Amino acid sequence: MFATADVTTALKGKFPQVSDRPSSDLPAFNVPVGEVLAVLAYLRDEGGFDMLVDLTAIDWAEGASPRFTVVYHLLATTRGAYVRIATNCPSDAVPAVPSAVGLWPGANWHERECFDLFGITFAGHPDLRRILMWDGYPYHPLRKEFPLAGIETVLPDVEVAAETKAKVIAAPMAGGPFVASVGEMNLTDAEPRAKDESWNERKEKPE
Amino acid sequence: MVTSNNELAYNSKIEGEVVVTRADAVINWIRTNSMWPMPMGLACCAIELMGTASSRFDIARFGAEVMRFSPRQSDCMIVAGTVTYKMASVVRRIYDQMAEPKWVIAMGACASTGGMYRSYATLQGVDRIIPVDVYISGCPPRPEALIDALMKLQAKVRTEPSANKLLSA
Ligand code: SF4
Repeated sequence: MFATADVTTALKGKFPQVSDRPSSDLPAFNVPVGEVLAVLAYLRDEGGFDMLVDLTAIDWAEGASPRFTVVYHLLATTRGAYVRIATNCPSDAVPAVPSAVGLWPGANWHERECFDLFGITFAGHPDLRRILMWDGYPYHPLRKEFPLAGIETVLPDVEVAAETKAKVIAAPMAGGPFVASVGEMNLTDAEPRAKDESWNERKEKPE
Repeated sequence: MVTSNNELAYNSKIEGEVVVTRADAVINWIRTNSMWPMPMGLACCAIELMGTASSRFDIARFGAEVMRFSPRQSDCMIVAGTVTYKMASVVRRIYDQMAEPKWVIAMGACASTGGMYRSYATLQGVDRIIPVDVYISGCPPRPEALIDALMKLQAKVRTEPSANKLLSA
């Protein structure tokens, strides 16, 4: 097993394609998508990074290429060391990376969340379904082009939708989003509220 | 001073063991004082709902302490928390399974309007899918506010033409 200090040397010695990734906190590396599973397995088995703390993704917005980056955070529980691994999805239109469920069963729900909210598929995932939004929801809400308020669509349950005539609507943002204020102030003033109260549901937003 | 009169209720010698009232009054009296809630605890507001049920606030004083987790045994759904679109259908189905007569309290900003969750995932007010009788403001409302809502609901139930509804049903 190698110590924290030589994660860089050990990893780069074994995988020449691995490059440093700018980071202000943890040791971080960019890994080509083809090698990501091998790198993760190496870090787990040889580096003692036995725990997958987080698996998430970044959307660099439409037009950027590569558009999607999948990020892994690993922790060595015996010595409290972290490492961050990032890999770019080769395709911007149908982003996909190999699944890490074989290495850490805990990756299962993280990958489902990533699939749900970013639309990234994880090849080899045993049960790649949406986890937060409902099956059949047509969008991936954490993508940059998706508005926070949402897009009008149908309710998940057709019977309830027919009975109530309710729809999934774009939430009225009147003056929102609702954000808390920071700084030295009365707690009441710091509470989340619409920042721009010059418009609301009845009064159009001034141009 | 000791009095010999120890009768607590009406004087049966005068009334002749008969009470005269209206059917509505009796039915509504029964309904208002044993309103079993269906606790639809979906987020943080549910904690205040629990507080309302426990000893300090004691919703039992208003006859609504019997939280029923079966919709078939409950009268009043208390929607306490954020209703997501994914949960909305479930809330509606549970409401549909409740036996008539039934009432709904929308507890807190989220249940009433979507609250601060102006987002793609949150139903913007539970009244979009079920009829609401009483709305409570607050995030979360204090237990007193929930008790106040319950009293308002009881006042509303007292005015209902229950006998008529039962006969015409
Ligand atoms: S109204 Fe406030 S306390 Fe109640 S569920 Fe919404 S966020 Fe939580």
